[in-house]
Amino acid sequence: MSAHSQGYIIGAFEHPTRKAPDKSNAQLHAECAAGAIADAGLTKDDINGYFCSGDAPGNIVSMADYMNLSLRHIDSTDSGGCSPLIQVSHAAQAVAAGKCDIALVVLSGRPRSEGVATGTTPRLTGSRHPDGQYELPMTLTTANGYAMVAMRHMHEYGTTSEQLAWIKVAASHHAQHNPNAMLQNVVTVDDVLQSPIIASPLHRLDCCVISDGGGAVIVTRKEIATTVKRPLVAIKGAGESVKHQSAGYFDITTSAGAIAGKSAFTEAGIAPADIKYASIYDSFTITVLVQIEDLGFCDKGKGGSFVADGNLISGSGKLPFNTDGGGLCSNHPSNRGGMTKIIEAVRQLRGEAHPAVQVANCDLVLAHGTGFQLGARHGGATLIMERE
Amino acid sequence: MTWLEDRELTAPEPNEESCQYWEATREQQLLIGFCKDTGKKFFYPRAVSPFTLSSNVEWIKANGRGTIYTYSVMQRVPVPFALAYVELDEGPMMLTNIVECESDDIRIGMAVRVVFKPSVNGPPIPMFKPA
Repeated sequence: MSAHSQGYIIGAFEHPTRKAPDKSNAQLHAECAAGAIADAGLTKDDINGYFCSGDAPGNIVSMADYMNLSLRHIDSTDSGGCSPLIQVSHAAQAVAAGKCDIALVVLSGRPRSEGVATGTTPRLTGSRHPDGQYELPMTLTTANGYAMVAMRHMHEYGTTSEQLAWIKVAASHHAQHNPNAMLQNVVTVDDVLQSPIIASPLHRLDCCVISDGGGAVIVTRKEIATTVKRPLVAIKGAGESVKHQSAGYFDITTSAGAIAGKSAFTEAGIAPADIKYASIYDSFTITVLVQIEDLGFCDKGKGGSFVADGNLISGSGKLPFNTDGGGLCSNHPSNRGGMTKIIEAVRQLRGEAHPAVQVANCDLVLAHGTGFQLGARHGGATLIMERE
Repeated sequence: MTWLEDRELTAPEPNEESCQYWEATREQQLLIGFCKDTGKKFFYPRAVSPFTLSSNVEWIKANGRGTIYTYSVMQRVPVPFALAYVELDEGPMMLTNIVECESDDIRIGMAVRVVFKPSVNGPPIPMFKPA
C-alpha cells in the first residue's frame, strides 16, 4: 500500500464569495479553514498539520499565528495554482508517516477586489527570478503565454478555435446550476468566437474569471477518517512535476501533466478510461485541452476533436469535467484554481454535486492542476481519489 | 491589419550574472550560452551549464537569425504587440517579440532576424523582424 492510499479527505469547503471588498485576505483564509474544519465535524484544535502557499498573506508562520494553530507539521510549497493538489499529496504522505494527524490545506485571495489585471499585465516583475533577467521587457503576461501554446497546438495538430470554444460551452452548461458561479449563462460556440480577441488566438471567453474567495480541505489517516461522519474519500494516487524551457529546447504543447498524470495513474493502478469525473485546471480553454491529452484521456494532438460536441458535459459527454462551472465560469480565487478542482471532485465522490450535474455511480475521480505559466515554466499536479 | 508600433519597453534589471548579456545588446550583439563540457548551446544564458551544472561555460555571439516557433498578438492593451518564441539558428529558443511588421503577416516558421529596440532608461532589447 502506498503512502497516498492511507490519506483521506474528510473536510472540504469552498467559500461562497466571489467578491470580497470588505474582507482582508487573512480573514478569507481563516473563513475557508473554519469551513473545512466544520465540514469534517472537527474543531480548530484538532488541526496539527498546516499547508498554505504563496497566496497566503504574509507567510505560513504569519497565518499560523493569525489562526492560532498548534502545529507539528507545516508545508508552504508554492508551485502556483496547482499548489493545493501537491499539498494534499504531501499531506497524505505526512499523515501516513505520522508527522501529523489532521492536516489543513488552505487557499484564498482577492485579486478581483484588488483590481489585479491578471491576464494582460505581467505577473512576475523585477529581477529576482533568473528568467526575469531576460524576459521582463518582452511582456509575458498570463494570457499571451497560454495563447502561444494554443497557437502552436493549432499549427501542429489543426486544433481550431471552435474546438477550444466547446470547453467554455461545457463549463457554462454546468455553471447554470451553480448559484455562486460568476457566469451563470449558457454560452454557445459562436458566443465564444464573437467575444473579442485578448491574445490571439484566445478570445475573452476562452479565459477564466477573476474572483475573490478560496477554499480548504482536511486530510487525515483512515483510522481517524472512519471516526468522522463523512463519506470516505481516499487518495489513491498522486503525481507532480515541473515543465520548463529545458535550456531552450522544448515542446510548448506538452505540459507537466504528462509526468504528473503518469505517476498518479501508476500509483493508483488504474487507467484514464476508469475515471468517472475529472476536475481539469481551466485558467484558459487551451489549458484544459493540453492537460486532457497529457493525462492520457486522448492521444496528443487529438484534444480538439475529443472536447468538441459537448463531450465534457455531464450527462451527455464521455468525460464530465468541472461540474461546478470551473475557473472558466464559476471561481478562480487568488488566480489559483487548484483548490476548487479538489473540492468539486470531492463533491462528486460524495454525491454532493448539484443533481443536474452529479455523475451517476461516481466512485473514481481525478483532479489535475497547472501552476504559473503553461507557455514558459509551470508546475503540474494530479490527484486520483476514490469513494470507499 | 495592425502595424506593430514601437512601444515603451520596461528596462531589464541586470544583475551580477546577466549584466554581460545586456552590455552586449548595447553593442547590437545577441549572446547565448555555450557549455564547453557538452558542446551544446543554450538560452537563456547563465553562469552554470544547464546540462552539467559546471561553470565551464562561455557566452557566445548568436548570428541573430532564426524562425518563429509560436507567437501571440496581445490585443487588449493600448499598443498591441506580438510575443513569440524564436528558434535561433544555433538551436535554442528564446522568448522575444516580433516587430516592424503587420500583425496579420506573422506566421509560424517565418524567417526573422534580430533588431535591438530601446528600453526606458535601460539597455536595448533583442527583438525580431521578418528577415
